[in-house]
Amino acid sequence: MLKAPYVTGYLTEHFADDAFGTLEGYLERGGYQAARKALREMTPEAVIELVKGSGLQGRGGAGFGTGLKWSFMPKGSDKPKYLVCNADESEPGSFKDRLLMERGPHQMLEGILIAAWATGASKTFIYIRGEYAFPADQVERAVAEAYAKGYLGKNVMKTGFAHDVVVQRGAGAYICGEETGLLESLEGKKGQPRKKPPFPAQYGAFGMPTTVNNVETFSHVPHILKKGAEWFRGFGTEKSPGTTIFGVSGHVARPGLYELPLGTRLDEIVFEHAGGVPGGRKLKGVIPGGMSMPILPAGQLDVPMANEFLRERKTMLGTGGIMVMDETTCMVRVACVISYFFRDESCGQCTQCREGTGWMNKIIERIERGAGEEADLGILLDVAAKMEGQTICAFSDAAAWPVQGLLRHFRGDFEAHVREHKCPFPESFEL
Amino acid sequence: MVISAASREKIALEIAKYPKPRGALLPALHLVHAEHGHVSPEAARELAQIFEIRPFEVMEVVSFYNMFFATPQPRHQVRVCTNLPCSLRGARDLLHRLEAHLGVHAGGATADGRIRIGHEECLGACAYAPMMRVDHQYHEDLDVERAKRILDALD
Repeated sequence: MLKAPYVTGYLTEHFADDAFGTLEGYLERGGYQAARKALREMTPEAVIELVKGSGLQGRGGAGFGTGLKWSFMPKGSDKPKYLVCNADESEPGSFKDRLLMERGPHQMLEGILIAAWATGASKTFIYIRGEYAFPADQVERAVAEAYAKGYLGKNVMKTGFAHDVVVQRGAGAYICGEETGLLESLEGKKGQPRKKPPFPAQYGAFGMPTTVNNVETFSHVPHILKKGAEWFRGFGTEKSPGTTIFGVSGHVARPGLYELPLGTRLDEIVFEHAGGVPGGRKLKGVIPGGMSMPILPAGQLDVPMANEFLRERKTMLGTGGIMVMDETTCMVRVACVISYFFRDESCGQCTQCREGTGWMNKIIERIERGAGEEADLGILLDVAAKMEGQTICAFSDAAAWPVQGLLRHFRGDFEAHVREHKCPFPESFEL
Repeated sequence: MVISAASREKIALEIAKYPKPRGALLPALHLVHAEHGHVSPEAARELAQIFEIRPFEVMEVVSFYNMFFATPQPRHQVRVCTNLPCSLRGARDLLHRLEAHLGVHAGGATADGRIRIGHEECLGACAYAPMMRVDHQYHEDLDVERAKRILDALD
Protein backbone atom coordinates (compact mmCIF):
# COMPACT_ATOMS: atom_id res chain seq x y z
CA MET A 1 0.00 0.00 0.00
CA LEU A 2 1.24 3.50 -0.82
CA LYS A 3 2.59 5.63 2.00
CA ALA A 4 0.51 8.60 3.11
CA PRO A 5 1.57 11.88 1.48
CA TYR A 6 4.39 13.91 2.99
CA VAL A 7 2.04 16.88 3.25
CA THR A 8 -1.63 16.18 3.91
CA GLY A 9 -4.81 18.22 3.52
CA TYR A 10 -8.50 17.51 3.85
CA LEU A 11 -8.41 14.69 1.25
CA THR A 12 -5.53 12.82 2.80
CA GLU A 13 -5.80 13.88 6.46
CA HIS A 14 -6.50 10.32 7.66
CA PHE A 15 -4.40 8.46 5.11
CA ALA A 16 -1.73 7.40 7.59
CA ASP A 17 -4.49 5.51 9.36
CA ASP A 18 -5.20 2.10 7.73
CA ALA A 19 -8.68 1.99 9.29
CA PHE A 20 -9.78 4.94 7.13
CA GLY A 21 -9.93 2.52 4.19
CA THR A 22 -12.59 0.40 5.89
CA LEU A 23 -16.27 1.29 6.16
CA GLU A 24 -16.19 1.18 9.94
CA GLY A 25 -13.13 3.40 10.17
CA TYR A 26 -14.54 5.80 7.60
CA LEU A 27 -17.84 6.11 9.49
CA GLU A 28 -15.98 6.78 12.75
CA ARG A 29 -14.26 9.73 11.05
CA GLY A 30 -17.47 11.30 9.84
CA GLY A 31 -17.86 9.29 6.67
CA TYR A 32 -21.12 9.22 4.66
CA GLN A 33 -22.58 12.16 6.63
CA ALA A 34 -22.27 14.34 3.54
CA ALA A 35 -24.09 11.81 1.36
CA ARG A 36 -26.80 11.43 4.02
CA LYS A 37 -27.25 15.20 4.09
CA ALA A 38 -27.47 15.39 0.28
CA LEU A 39 -29.93 12.53 -0.09
CA ARG A 40 -32.13 13.49 2.88
CA GLU A 41 -32.06 17.27 2.90
CA MET A 42 -31.07 18.56 -0.53
CA THR A 43 -32.60 18.51 -3.99
CA PRO A 44 -30.37 17.40 -6.86
CA GLU A 45 -30.48 21.00 -8.17
CA ALA A 46 -29.26 22.33 -4.83
CA VAL A 47 -26.33 19.90 -4.84
CA ILE A 48 -25.35 20.95 -8.37
CA GLU A 49 -25.59 24.64 -7.41
CA LEU A 50 -23.41 24.05 -4.37
CA VAL A 51 -20.73 22.24 -6.37
CA LYS A 52 -20.90 24.93 -9.08
CA GLY A 53 -20.51 27.58 -6.38
CA SER A 54 -17.48 25.82 -4.95
CA GLY A 55 -15.68 26.22 -8.28
CA LEU A 56 -14.44 22.60 -8.18
CA GLN A 57 -12.67 21.74 -11.42
CA GLY A 58 -12.09 18.22 -12.72
CA ARG A 59 -8.79 16.77 -11.51
CA GLY A 60 -8.27 14.35 -14.40
CA GLY A 61 -6.32 16.78 -16.56
CA ALA A 62 -8.76 19.00 -18.45
CA GLY A 63 -9.91 21.08 -15.46
CA PHE A 64 -13.56 21.45 -16.56
CA GLY A 65 -16.06 22.79 -14.02
CA THR A 66 -17.56 19.79 -12.19
CA GLY A 67 -20.93 21.34 -11.27
CA LEU A 68 -21.38 22.61 -14.82
CA LYS A 69 -20.61 19.15 -16.21
CA TRP A 70 -23.25 17.62 -13.92
CA SER A 71 -25.80 20.19 -15.07
CA PHE A 72 -25.44 18.94 -18.68
CA MET A 73 -27.21 15.69 -17.76
CA PRO A 74 -30.77 15.70 -19.16
CA LYS A 75 -33.49 16.22 -16.56
CA GLY A 76 -36.54 14.01 -16.34
CA SER A 77 -35.28 11.70 -19.06
CA ASP A 78 -36.88 8.24 -19.12
CA LYS A 79 -33.59 6.67 -20.16
CA PRO A 80 -31.31 5.29 -17.46
CA LYS A 81 -28.45 7.66 -16.62
CA TYR A 82 -24.95 6.60 -15.65
CA LEU A 83 -21.86 7.88 -13.95
CA VAL A 84 -18.39 6.75 -14.82
CA CYS A 85 -15.48 7.08 -12.44
CA ASN A 86 -12.34 7.42 -14.52
CA ALA A 87 -9.72 5.48 -12.56
CA ASP A 88 -7.57 4.72 -15.59
CA GLU A 89 -4.78 6.90 -14.24
CA SER A 90 -2.01 6.42 -16.82
CA GLU A 91 -0.53 9.86 -17.40
CA PRO A 92 3.21 9.41 -16.87
CA GLY A 93 4.19 11.18 -13.64
CA SER A 94 0.75 10.70 -12.03
CA PHE A 95 -0.02 8.35 -9.17
CA LYS A 96 -2.45 10.27 -6.95
CA ASP A 97 -5.61 8.36 -7.91
CA ARG A 98 -3.86 5.16 -6.92
CA LEU A 99 -3.35 6.65 -3.43
CA LEU A 100 -6.98 7.80 -3.21
CA MET A 101 -8.22 4.31 -4.09
CA GLU A 102 -5.79 2.45 -1.86
CA ARG A 103 -6.26 4.59 1.24
CA GLY A 104 -9.62 6.31 0.81
CA PRO A 105 -11.96 4.17 -1.29
CA HIS A 106 -15.06 5.12 0.75
CA GLN A 107 -14.31 8.84 0.37
CA MET A 108 -14.43 8.30 -3.40
CA LEU A 109 -17.60 6.19 -3.15
CA GLU A 110 -19.30 8.85 -1.04
CA GLY A 111 -18.49 11.44 -3.73
CA ILE A 112 -19.93 9.07 -6.31
CA LEU A 113 -23.17 8.70 -4.31
CA ILE A 114 -23.57 12.48 -4.05
CA ALA A 115 -22.91 12.90 -7.78
CA ALA A 116 -25.40 10.11 -8.53
CA TRP A 117 -28.07 11.89 -6.51
CA ALA A 118 -27.30 15.20 -8.26
CA THR A 119 -27.41 13.76 -11.77
CA GLY A 120 -30.11 11.12 -11.27
CA ALA A 121 -27.75 8.31 -12.22
CA SER A 122 -28.84 4.79 -11.37
CA LYS A 123 -25.45 3.14 -11.84
CA THR A 124 -21.76 3.99 -11.67
CA PHE A 125 -19.06 2.18 -13.57
CA ILE A 126 -15.64 2.53 -11.96
CA TYR A 127 -13.09 1.82 -14.68
CA ILE A 128 -9.68 1.07 -13.14
CA ARG A 129 -6.56 0.51 -15.23
CA GLY A 130 -5.70 -3.18 -15.38
CA GLU A 131 -2.24 -2.76 -13.90
CA TYR A 132 -3.74 -1.28 -10.70
CA ALA A 133 -4.65 -4.69 -9.28
CA PHE A 134 -4.12 -3.72 -5.64
CA PRO A 135 -6.07 -0.43 -5.79
CA ALA A 136 -8.86 -2.27 -7.63
CA ASP A 137 -8.95 -4.89 -4.88
CA GLN A 138 -9.37 -2.11 -2.30
CA VAL A 139 -12.19 -0.48 -4.27
CA GLU A 140 -13.97 -3.82 -4.77
CA ARG A 141 -13.71 -4.54 -1.05
CA ALA A 142 -15.10 -1.10 -0.22
CA VAL A 143 -17.98 -1.55 -2.69
CA ALA A 144 -18.84 -4.92 -1.12
CA GLU A 145 -18.81 -3.34 2.37
CA ALA A 146 -21.04 -0.50 1.18
CA TYR A 147 -23.57 -2.95 -0.30
CA ALA A 148 -23.55 -5.09 2.85
CA LYS A 149 -24.32 -2.11 5.10
CA GLY A 150 -26.85 -0.40 2.86
CA TYR A 151 -24.68 2.44 1.53
CA LEU A 152 -25.23 1.10 -1.99
CA GLY A 153 -28.04 -0.91 -3.53
CA LYS A 154 -31.81 -0.61 -3.73
CA ASN A 155 -32.38 1.65 -0.74
CA VAL A 156 -29.30 3.75 -0.05
CA MET A 157 -29.20 4.76 3.65
CA LYS A 158 -32.96 4.04 3.80
CA THR A 159 -33.75 7.06 1.64
CA GLY A 160 -35.43 5.13 -1.15
CA PHE A 161 -32.65 6.16 -3.56
CA ALA A 162 -31.22 3.24 -5.53
CA HIS A 163 -27.68 3.11 -6.79
CA ASP A 164 -25.43 0.34 -8.09
CA VAL A 165 -21.67 0.37 -8.58
CA VAL A 166 -19.83 -1.87 -11.03
CA VAL A 167 -16.04 -2.12 -11.03
CA GLN A 168 -14.37 -2.90 -14.33
CA ARG A 169 -10.65 -3.51 -14.79
CA GLY A 170 -8.95 -2.26 -17.92
CA ALA A 171 -6.25 -4.22 -19.69
CA GLY A 172 -3.38 -1.90 -20.50
CA ALA A 173 -4.05 1.01 -22.87
CA TYR A 174 -3.28 4.67 -22.09
CA ILE A 175 -5.98 5.89 -24.46
CA CYS A 176 -8.69 4.39 -22.23
CA GLY A 177 -8.13 7.35 -19.90
CA GLU A 178 -9.65 9.56 -22.62
CA GLU A 179 -13.28 9.65 -21.59
CA THR A 180 -14.83 8.33 -24.80
CA GLY A 181 -12.04 5.79 -25.28
CA LEU A 182 -12.92 4.65 -21.78
CA LEU A 183 -16.61 4.34 -22.72
CA GLU A 184 -15.74 2.17 -25.73
CA SER A 185 -13.55 -0.04 -23.56
CA LEU A 186 -16.27 -0.27 -20.92
CA GLU A 187 -18.58 -1.56 -23.66
CA GLY A 188 -16.14 -4.37 -24.46
CA LYS A 189 -14.47 -2.82 -27.48
CA LYS A 190 -11.10 -1.42 -28.53
CA GLY A 191 -10.60 1.82 -26.62
CA GLN A 192 -10.72 4.13 -29.63
CA PRO A 193 -12.18 7.55 -28.76
CA ARG A 194 -15.50 8.70 -30.19
CA LYS A 195 -16.17 11.82 -32.18
CA LYS A 196 -17.81 14.58 -30.17
CA PRO A 197 -20.56 15.73 -30.36
CA PRO A 198 -22.57 13.93 -29.19
CA PHE A 199 -21.03 14.46 -25.76
CA PRO A 200 -21.32 11.77 -23.07
CA ALA A 201 -24.11 13.71 -21.31
CA GLN A 202 -26.27 12.97 -24.37
CA TYR A 203 -24.78 9.70 -25.61
CA GLY A 204 -22.40 8.07 -23.16
CA ALA A 205 -21.97 4.58 -21.72
CA PHE A 206 -24.11 2.08 -23.64
CA GLY A 207 -25.69 5.02 -25.46
CA MET A 208 -27.18 6.52 -22.29
CA PRO A 209 -26.62 9.97 -20.74
CA THR A 210 -23.37 9.73 -18.79
CA THR A 211 -21.11 11.92 -16.68
CA VAL A 212 -17.45 10.97 -16.45
CA ASN A 213 -15.40 12.28 -13.50
CA ASN A 214 -11.95 11.48 -12.20
CA VAL A 215 -11.24 9.66 -8.90
CA GLU A 216 -9.88 12.79 -7.22
CA THR A 217 -12.77 14.94 -8.43
CA PHE A 218 -15.26 12.60 -6.71
CA SER A 219 -13.10 12.54 -3.58
CA HIS A 220 -13.39 16.32 -3.11
CA VAL A 221 -17.20 16.28 -3.25
CA PRO A 222 -18.07 15.00 0.28
CA HIS A 223 -15.91 17.76 1.80
CA ILE A 224 -17.71 20.46 -0.20
CA LEU A 225 -21.10 19.09 0.89
CA LYS A 226 -20.05 18.96 4.52
CA LYS A 227 -18.24 22.27 4.86
CA GLY A 228 -19.64 24.40 2.06
CA ALA A 229 -18.54 26.26 -1.06
CA GLU A 230 -17.03 29.19 0.84
CA TRP A 231 -14.85 26.88 2.93
CA PHE A 232 -13.65 25.14 -0.27
CA ARG A 233 -12.85 28.48 -1.87
CA GLY A 234 -10.63 29.22 1.12
CA PHE A 235 -8.06 26.91 -0.50
CA GLY A 236 -6.29 27.63 -3.76
CA THR A 237 -6.72 30.61 -6.05
CA GLU A 238 -9.84 32.55 -7.01
CA LYS A 239 -10.10 30.74 -10.35
CA SER A 240 -8.72 27.37 -9.18
CA PRO A 241 -10.08 26.57 -5.72
CA GLY A 242 -9.30 23.61 -3.49
CA THR A 243 -6.28 21.46 -2.93
CA THR A 244 -4.83 18.80 -5.19
CA ILE A 245 -2.36 15.99 -4.74
CA PHE A 246 0.88 16.72 -6.52
CA GLY A 247 3.07 13.76 -7.41
CA VAL A 248 6.76 14.66 -7.49
CA SER A 249 9.22 12.33 -9.21
CA GLY A 250 12.62 12.29 -10.89
CA HIS A 251 15.71 14.04 -9.53
CA VAL A 252 14.48 15.23 -6.14
CA ALA A 253 15.50 14.33 -2.60
CA ARG A 254 11.97 13.36 -1.48
CA PRO A 255 9.91 12.04 -4.38
CA GLY A 256 6.32 11.42 -3.29
CA LEU A 257 2.83 12.82 -2.95
CA TYR A 258 1.98 16.25 -1.53
CA GLU A 259 -1.53 17.56 -0.96
CA LEU A 260 -1.30 21.33 -1.33
CA PRO A 261 -3.61 24.17 -2.36
CA LEU A 262 -3.79 24.90 -6.08
CA GLY A 263 -1.67 27.95 -6.72
CA THR A 264 1.22 26.72 -4.56
CA ARG A 265 4.37 27.84 -6.35
CA LEU A 266 6.24 25.22 -8.35
CA ASP A 267 9.62 26.20 -6.85
CA GLU A 268 8.15 25.82 -3.34
CA ILE A 269 6.98 22.28 -4.21
CA VAL A 270 10.25 21.23 -5.83
CA PHE A 271 12.75 22.84 -3.45
CA GLU A 272 11.00 23.17 -0.09
CA HIS A 273 8.62 20.22 -0.04
CA ALA A 274 10.48 17.72 -2.21
CA GLY A 275 13.93 18.83 -1.01
CA GLY A 276 15.31 19.99 -4.35
CA VAL A 277 17.86 18.23 -6.55
CA PRO A 278 20.17 15.92 -4.58
CA GLY A 279 23.93 15.55 -4.86
CA GLY A 280 24.70 19.26 -5.19
CA ARG A 281 23.61 19.21 -8.84
CA LYS A 282 21.64 22.02 -10.45
CA LEU A 283 18.12 21.86 -11.80
CA LYS A 284 17.62 21.82 -15.57
CA GLY A 285 13.88 21.55 -16.18
CA VAL A 286 10.53 20.48 -14.75
CA ILE A 287 7.48 18.98 -16.43
CA PRO A 288 4.70 20.43 -14.26
CA GLY A 289 1.58 18.41 -15.02
CA GLY A 290 2.16 14.93 -16.37
CA MET A 291 3.95 14.02 -19.56
CA SER A 292 1.50 15.68 -21.95
CA MET A 293 2.30 19.12 -20.59
CA PRO A 294 5.20 21.22 -21.92
CA ILE A 295 8.36 21.49 -19.82
CA LEU A 296 9.51 24.59 -17.93
CA PRO A 297 13.23 25.49 -17.71
CA ALA A 298 14.90 26.01 -14.33
CA GLY A 299 14.45 29.79 -14.47
CA GLN A 300 10.65 29.60 -14.77
CA LEU A 301 9.64 27.80 -11.60
CA ASP A 302 8.36 30.97 -9.94
CA VAL A 303 4.85 30.12 -11.12
CA PRO A 304 1.74 29.28 -9.06
CA MET A 305 0.45 25.80 -9.93
CA ALA A 306 -2.92 26.79 -11.35
CA ASN A 307 -3.96 26.90 -14.99
CA GLU A 308 -4.50 30.67 -15.13
CA PHE A 309 -0.79 31.16 -14.33
CA LEU A 310 0.67 28.10 -16.07
CA ARG A 311 -1.03 29.05 -19.35
CA GLU A 312 1.03 32.26 -19.43
CA ARG A 313 4.10 30.01 -19.49
CA LYS A 314 2.57 27.93 -22.32
CA THR A 315 1.96 24.87 -20.14
CA MET A 316 -0.81 23.48 -17.92
CA LEU A 317 -1.55 21.82 -14.59
CA GLY A 318 -2.71 18.58 -16.23
CA THR A 319 -2.78 15.88 -13.56
CA GLY A 320 -0.26 17.59 -11.26
CA GLY A 321 2.48 15.06 -11.99
CA ILE A 322 5.73 17.00 -11.49
CA MET A 323 8.84 15.46 -13.07
CA VAL A 324 12.14 17.01 -12.11
CA MET A 325 15.33 16.79 -14.20
CA ASP A 326 18.82 17.81 -13.08
CA GLU A 327 21.65 19.35 -15.09
CA THR A 328 22.99 15.99 -16.31
CA THR A 329 19.76 15.31 -18.23
CA CYS A 330 19.87 15.18 -22.02
CA MET A 331 16.65 16.75 -23.26
CA VAL A 332 16.87 14.85 -26.55
CA ARG A 333 16.77 11.62 -24.54
CA VAL A 334 13.77 13.02 -22.68
CA ALA A 335 12.18 13.66 -26.08
CA CYS A 336 13.03 10.07 -27.11
CA VAL A 337 11.20 8.65 -24.09
CA ILE A 338 8.21 10.94 -24.53
CA SER A 339 7.84 10.46 -28.28
CA TYR A 340 8.24 6.69 -27.96
CA PHE A 341 5.44 6.64 -25.40
CA PHE A 342 3.01 8.50 -27.64
CA ARG A 343 3.99 6.42 -30.67
CA ASP A 344 3.38 3.26 -28.67
CA GLU A 345 0.04 4.40 -27.23
CA SER A 346 -1.56 6.07 -30.27
CA CYS A 347 -4.77 4.13 -30.94
CA GLY A 348 -4.15 4.43 -34.67
CA GLN A 349 -7.54 5.84 -35.56
CA CYS A 350 -6.52 9.25 -36.97
CA THR A 351 -3.80 9.62 -39.59
CA GLN A 352 -2.22 12.79 -38.13
CA CYS A 353 -1.67 11.04 -34.81
CA ARG A 354 -0.77 7.54 -36.02
CA GLU A 355 1.76 8.81 -38.56
CA GLY A 356 2.82 11.95 -36.72
CA THR A 357 3.78 10.22 -33.46
CA GLY A 358 5.87 7.66 -35.36
CA TRP A 359 7.51 10.28 -37.52
CA MET A 360 8.44 12.49 -34.56
CA ASN A 361 9.88 9.54 -32.63
CA LYS A 362 11.98 8.45 -35.62
CA ILE A 363 13.45 11.92 -36.14
CA ILE A 364 14.19 12.41 -32.43
CA GLU A 365 15.91 9.01 -32.13
CA ARG A 366 17.95 9.86 -35.21
CA ILE A 367 19.08 13.12 -33.61
CA GLU A 368 20.01 11.31 -30.39
CA ARG A 369 22.15 8.82 -32.38
CA GLY A 370 24.04 11.73 -33.89
CA ALA A 371 22.58 11.18 -37.36
CA GLY A 372 20.28 14.19 -37.34
CA GLU A 373 20.44 17.22 -39.58
CA GLU A 374 19.74 20.89 -39.03
CA ALA A 375 16.55 20.60 -41.12
CA ASP A 376 15.17 17.92 -38.75
CA LEU A 377 14.31 20.53 -36.11
CA GLY A 378 12.11 22.37 -38.59
CA ILE A 379 10.47 19.13 -39.68
CA LEU A 380 9.74 18.25 -36.04
CA LEU A 381 7.99 21.56 -35.43
CA ASP A 382 6.11 21.27 -38.72
CA VAL A 383 4.86 17.75 -37.90
CA ALA A 384 3.91 18.82 -34.35
CA ALA A 385 1.92 21.80 -35.66
CA LYS A 386 0.01 19.57 -38.06
CA MET A 387 -0.89 17.13 -35.29
CA GLU A 388 -2.62 19.81 -33.22
CA GLY A 389 -6.38 20.26 -33.38
CA GLN A 390 -6.81 17.85 -36.29
CA THR A 391 -7.94 14.64 -34.63
CA ILE A 392 -10.87 12.98 -32.86
CA CYS A 393 -9.36 13.32 -29.38
CA ALA A 394 -6.69 15.40 -27.65
CA PHE A 395 -4.07 12.61 -27.61
CA SER A 396 -2.46 13.98 -30.77
CA ASP A 397 -2.21 17.46 -29.23
CA ALA A 398 -0.79 15.91 -26.07
CA ALA A 399 1.88 14.20 -28.18
CA ALA A 400 2.80 17.45 -29.95
CA TRP A 401 2.95 19.79 -26.92
CA PRO A 402 5.86 18.24 -24.99
CA VAL A 403 8.04 18.12 -28.13
CA GLN A 404 7.21 21.76 -28.87
CA GLY A 405 8.03 22.63 -25.25
CA LEU A 406 11.39 20.88 -25.38
CA LEU A 407 12.31 22.68 -28.60
CA ARG A 408 11.12 26.01 -27.18
CA HIS A 409 13.31 25.84 -24.07
CA PHE A 410 16.11 23.39 -24.93
CA ARG A 411 16.71 23.85 -28.65
CA GLY A 412 20.42 24.11 -27.84
CA ASP A 413 20.48 20.45 -26.73
CA PHE A 414 19.07 19.36 -30.09
CA GLU A 415 21.44 21.62 -32.06
CA ALA A 416 24.46 20.31 -30.16
CA HIS A 417 23.57 16.73 -31.13
CA VAL A 418 23.33 17.75 -34.80
CA ARG A 419 26.55 19.76 -34.70
CA GLU A 420 28.65 17.18 -32.85
CA HIS A 421 27.07 14.10 -34.47
CA LYS A 422 26.68 12.48 -31.05
CA CYS A 423 24.98 12.91 -27.71
CA PRO A 424 27.00 15.52 -25.80
CA PHE A 425 25.55 14.49 -22.41
CA PRO A 426 27.51 11.40 -21.31
CA GLU A 427 26.28 11.79 -17.72
CA SER A 428 22.62 11.70 -18.69
CA PHE A 429 20.25 8.89 -17.72
CA GLU A 430 20.60 5.74 -19.81
CA LEU A 431 18.28 5.05 -22.73
CA MET B 1 -14.87 -26.65 -24.13
CA VAL B 2 -11.75 -24.81 -23.03
CA ILE B 3 -13.53 -22.26 -20.84
CA SER B 4 -14.45 -24.07 -17.62
CA ALA B 5 -17.94 -24.25 -16.14
CA ALA B 6 -16.71 -22.21 -13.17
CA SER B 7 -15.48 -19.41 -15.43
CA ARG B 8 -18.70 -19.52 -17.45
CA GLU B 9 -20.66 -19.02 -14.25
CA LYS B 10 -18.51 -16.02 -13.34
CA ILE B 11 -18.91 -14.59 -16.85
CA ALA B 12 -22.71 -14.91 -16.52
CA LEU B 13 -22.57 -12.96 -13.25
CA GLU B 14 -20.53 -10.23 -14.95
CA ILE B 15 -22.92 -10.02 -17.88
CA ALA B 16 -25.82 -9.44 -15.47
CA LYS B 17 -24.13 -6.23 -14.23
CA TYR B 18 -24.18 -4.51 -17.62
CA PRO B 19 -26.98 -2.95 -19.69
CA LYS B 20 -25.60 -4.77 -22.74
CA PRO B 21 -23.89 -8.17 -22.45
CA ARG B 22 -20.76 -7.08 -24.30
CA GLY B 23 -19.86 -4.78 -21.40
CA ALA B 24 -18.63 -7.94 -19.69
CA LEU B 25 -16.16 -8.84 -22.46
CA LEU B 26 -13.09 -7.37 -20.72
CA PRO B 27 -14.00 -9.08 -17.41
CA ALA B 28 -14.52 -12.33 -19.35
CA LEU B 29 -11.15 -11.97 -21.06
CA HIS B 30 -9.52 -11.46 -17.65
CA LEU B 31 -11.18 -14.68 -16.46
CA VAL B 32 -9.94 -16.58 -19.51
CA HIS B 33 -6.42 -15.27 -18.87
CA ALA B 34 -6.60 -16.30 -15.22
CA GLU B 35 -7.48 -19.80 -16.40
CA HIS B 36 -5.27 -20.22 -19.49
CA GLY B 37 -2.83 -17.30 -19.62
CA HIS B 38 -3.96 -16.41 -23.15
CA VAL B 39 -6.94 -16.48 -25.51
CA SER B 40 -6.64 -19.46 -27.83
CA PRO B 41 -8.67 -19.64 -31.07
CA GLU B 42 -10.98 -22.13 -29.30
CA ALA B 43 -11.47 -19.77 -26.35
CA ALA B 44 -12.17 -16.91 -28.76
CA ARG B 45 -14.83 -19.00 -30.52
CA GLU B 46 -16.44 -19.89 -27.20
CA LEU B 47 -16.41 -16.25 -26.03
CA ALA B 48 -17.88 -15.20 -29.37
CA GLN B 49 -20.71 -17.65 -28.79
CA ILE B 50 -21.34 -16.42 -25.26
CA PHE B 51 -21.39 -12.76 -26.34
CA GLU B 52 -23.11 -13.37 -29.69
CA ILE B 53 -20.37 -11.65 -31.62
CA ARG B 54 -17.84 -12.98 -34.13
CA PRO B 55 -14.47 -14.45 -33.10
CA PHE B 56 -12.55 -11.68 -34.88
CA GLU B 57 -14.38 -9.14 -32.72
CA VAL B 58 -13.01 -10.94 -29.67
CA MET B 59 -9.51 -11.02 -31.14
CA GLU B 60 -9.44 -7.37 -32.16
CA VAL B 61 -10.09 -6.53 -28.50
CA VAL B 62 -7.39 -8.99 -27.39
CA SER B 63 -4.84 -7.43 -29.76
CA PHE B 64 -5.64 -3.86 -28.65
CA TYR B 65 -4.70 -4.30 -24.98
CA ASN B 66 -1.20 -4.92 -23.59
CA MET B 67 -2.39 -7.29 -20.87
CA PHE B 68 -4.17 -9.72 -23.21
CA PHE B 69 -2.38 -12.38 -25.24
CA ALA B 70 -3.30 -14.45 -28.28
CA THR B 71 -0.50 -16.98 -27.84
CA PRO B 72 0.57 -19.20 -24.91
CA GLN B 73 2.62 -17.29 -22.35
CA PRO B 74 5.35 -18.14 -19.86
CA ARG B 75 4.22 -18.57 -16.25
CA HIS B 76 5.17 -15.02 -15.23
CA GLN B 77 5.01 -11.63 -16.87
CA VAL B 78 7.70 -9.24 -15.67
CA ARG B 79 7.59 -5.62 -16.77
CA VAL B 80 10.07 -2.92 -15.84
CA CYS B 81 8.60 0.56 -16.13
CA THR B 82 10.87 2.63 -18.40
CA ASN B 83 8.83 5.78 -18.70
CA LEU B 84 10.50 9.10 -17.88
CA PRO B 85 10.27 9.23 -14.05
CA CYS B 86 11.62 5.66 -13.83
CA SER B 87 14.29 6.19 -16.52
CA LEU B 88 15.54 9.24 -14.61
CA ARG B 89 16.16 6.93 -11.66
CA GLY B 90 17.95 4.08 -13.38
CA ALA B 91 15.15 1.90 -14.82
CA ARG B 92 16.96 1.22 -18.11
CA ASP B 93 20.04 0.04 -16.27
CA LEU B 94 17.87 -2.23 -14.14
CA LEU B 95 16.14 -3.67 -17.22
CA HIS B 96 19.45 -4.29 -19.01
CA ARG B 97 20.89 -6.08 -15.98
CA LEU B 98 17.79 -8.24 -15.60
CA GLU B 99 17.95 -9.09 -19.30
CA ALA B 100 21.55 -10.22 -18.78
CA HIS B 101 20.59 -12.12 -15.62
CA LEU B 102 17.86 -14.05 -17.43
CA GLY B 103 19.76 -14.33 -20.71
CA VAL B 104 16.93 -12.88 -22.82
CA HIS B 105 16.24 -9.56 -24.47
CA ALA B 106 13.27 -7.43 -23.46
CA GLY B 107 10.17 -8.84 -25.11
CA GLY B 108 11.54 -12.37 -24.98
CA ALA B 109 10.91 -15.32 -22.69
CA THR B 110 13.26 -17.65 -20.83
CA ALA B 111 13.72 -21.04 -22.48
CA ASP B 112 12.29 -22.86 -19.46
CA GLY B 113 8.94 -21.13 -19.91
CA ARG B 114 9.17 -19.26 -16.60
CA ILE B 115 9.38 -15.58 -17.40
CA ARG B 116 8.68 -13.10 -20.12
CA ILE B 117 10.50 -9.85 -19.41
CA GLY B 118 9.85 -6.54 -21.06
CA HIS B 119 9.51 -2.86 -20.52
CA GLU B 120 6.22 -1.12 -19.90
CA GLU B 121 4.94 2.43 -20.01
CA CYS B 122 4.11 4.35 -16.83
CA LEU B 123 2.68 2.13 -14.09
CA GLY B 124 1.87 4.92 -11.64
CA ALA B 125 4.73 4.33 -9.23
CA CYS B 126 6.77 7.37 -10.26
CA ALA B 127 8.08 8.32 -6.81
CA TYR B 128 9.11 4.73 -6.05
CA ALA B 129 11.36 4.18 -9.07
CA PRO B 130 12.81 2.02 -10.37
CA MET B 131 10.04 -0.53 -10.15
CA MET B 132 8.70 -3.61 -11.90
CA ARG B 133 5.41 -5.43 -12.16
CA VAL B 134 5.50 -9.19 -11.68
CA ASP B 135 2.13 -10.49 -12.86
CA HIS B 136 -0.32 -8.47 -10.71
CA GLN B 137 2.15 -7.37 -8.07
CA TYR B 138 4.23 -4.18 -7.94
CA HIS B 139 7.79 -4.20 -6.58
CA GLU B 140 8.98 -0.64 -5.93
CA ASP B 141 12.15 1.21 -4.87
CA LEU B 142 14.17 -1.62 -6.41
CA ASP B 143 17.87 -2.17 -6.62
CA VAL B 144 19.36 -4.68 -9.03
CA GLU B 145 20.15 -7.33 -6.42
CA ARG B 146 16.69 -7.30 -4.87
CA ALA B 147 15.07 -7.44 -8.32
CA LYS B 148 17.21 -10.47 -9.21
CA ARG B 149 16.21 -12.21 -5.98
CA ILE B 150 12.52 -11.58 -6.73
CA LEU B 151 12.89 -13.12 -10.19
CA ASP B 152 14.92 -16.07 -8.86
CA ALA B 153 12.16 -16.87 -6.37
CA LEU B 154 9.52 -17.26 -9.10
CA ASP B 155 8.44 -20.84 -9.85
